[in-house]
Amino acid sequence: MAVRNPIYMDNQATTPVDPRVLEAMLPYFKERFGNAASRNHEFGWKAEEAVERARKQVADLINASPREIVFTSGATESDNLALKGVAEMYQEKGNHVITCVTEHKAIIDSARHLEKQGVRVTFLPVGKNGMVDLGELEAAITDKTILISIMTVNNEVGVVQDIREIGRVARARGVLFHTDAVQAVGKIPFDVDAMNVDIASLSAHKMYGPKGVGAIYVRRRNPRVLLSPILDGGGHERGMRSGTLNVPGIVGFGEAARIAGEELPVESARLLALRERLRTKLEENLDEVFVNGDLERRVPGNLNMSFAYVEGESLLMGIDDIAVSSGSACTSASLEPSYVLKALGVGEDLAHTSIRFGLGRFNTEEEVDYVTDKVTATVRRLRELSPLYEMVREGIDLKTVKWAAE
Amino acid sequence: MAYSDKVVDHYSNPRNVGSLDKSDESVGTGLVGAPECGDVMKLQIRVDEASGMIEDAKFKTFGCGSAIASSSLATEWVKGKTLEEALAIRNTDIVKELSLPPVKIHCSVLAEDAIKAAISDWKKKHGTNGG
Repeated sequence: MAVRNPIYMDNQATTPVDPRVLEAMLPYFKERFGNAASRNHEFGWKAEEAVERARKQVADLINASPREIVFTSGATESDNLALKGVAEMYQEKGNHVITCVTEHKAIIDSARHLEKQGVRVTFLPVGKNGMVDLGELEAAITDKTILISIMTVNNEVGVVQDIREIGRVARARGVLFHTDAVQAVGKIPFDVDAMNVDIASLSAHKMYGPKGVGAIYVRRRNPRVLLSPILDGGGHERGMRSGTLNVPGIVGFGEAARIAGEELPVESARLLALRERLRTKLEENLDEVFVNGDLERRVPGNLNMSFAYVEGESLLMGIDDIAVSSGSACTSASLEPSYVLKALGVGEDLAHTSIRFGLGRFNTEEEVDYVTDKVTATVRRLRELSPLYEMVREGIDLKTVKWAAE
Repeated sequence: MAYSDKVVDHYSNPRNVGSLDKSDESVGTGLVGAPECGDVMKLQIRVDEASGMIEDAKFKTFGCGSAIASSSLATEWVKGKTLEEALAIRNTDIVKELSLPPVKIHCSVLAEDAIKAAISDWKKKHGTNGG
């Protein structure tokens, strides 16, 4: 059994660049280094040609027209542009935005920024399964609502929102619908027309492309969406995003999109099988383990699991040849446990015990089996060290204990 | 985050993991922290009443590598000390020994609290709760 060391199983955080993508990019670092905006010589024309080819590849992945794809530095920028660009452009129409508590920070903090500028923001809660309630969404819409922003797939728990229905509700009420589609595109079918999406954020490095490049999809028909740019300058990308295009990055993004679209059906089935293998083996080996977020409405590669009575960082230390992440406070820069798990109603004690496994294109069955064994052994060892596990086995209900917390 | 060698050592080879009999007269039990905080330490001592010396110590911890290391180290340090000497152990000594970064200092504070809680429990049992 040959497994890579260390094993990378954190594909929601980022993905390795596919060798085919790297191949496609290299010429644009070497001989074809022209600025795509240089209109007067071959260096520029070749670069522009490559960009337009990539633009079509990205558009095809989401069933959009190439003219609706604007390249950015990544999804964080796209999220910022979606919220701030709409708020400024449509300020005469209204000043209310609806989003959700489990969104990525790029959305939440952009929304908070808008609040400081006088925009009213509604943060919809989610159920235990991580889903937004359509009735609550509908009830929240007012005649001042100009934007609904709900992510397609959550980065922590992998839950898939009912985007088509959310889009339908938005359309019916004449409200623009933006979705952060970063964790969805290339992993599940994503069609901006079928799903009634007006604006979408995409990221290359989540689909085996390079970091530092992403895109925003901006609908041109039914309705035509206008955005105020957040970067002023040379007027690139139809005035929506000034700045010299990251040609090699964009080329890589296009190639990554092409591969993702072609391989999606086979890859997603393979990942689902691997994920289920990991989940069922862990559940067979260990008691008191819980999947966080809906198991059915979930992207294939994501498994977010809590291992009761074992703290997340200590678990990661024990599996130090495996790269995954945790919702524990100790593993976050802010020392706060995961706000997404909190929104799902996962108790803080269980949030501290959560591990997020992110399976991807390059993970194998051997790796899954190795991870299962190592995680099982480490959890068992740490439960022997755990006063909580001991108390539970003595029949004590931890909820009744008065803790002398610091 | 890179762990110091000592933290890794205590994590991989924790000293004195286990439990003493809570109801035993010579045992003091300290339970500090809370599951919601991600840190719970149980530290127990067995005290020889005649000499006032801590003969044995055991711990169990729910927490990160630094928390496990801090409590493991605490049990090592209290063994063979008198109650007064054990009470003098400061979290800053633990920080220094384990090279804990600022973000992990609270783990050492909890370990110091655990020592004090165990001693306080023993003293309560022996009617001498000077704290």
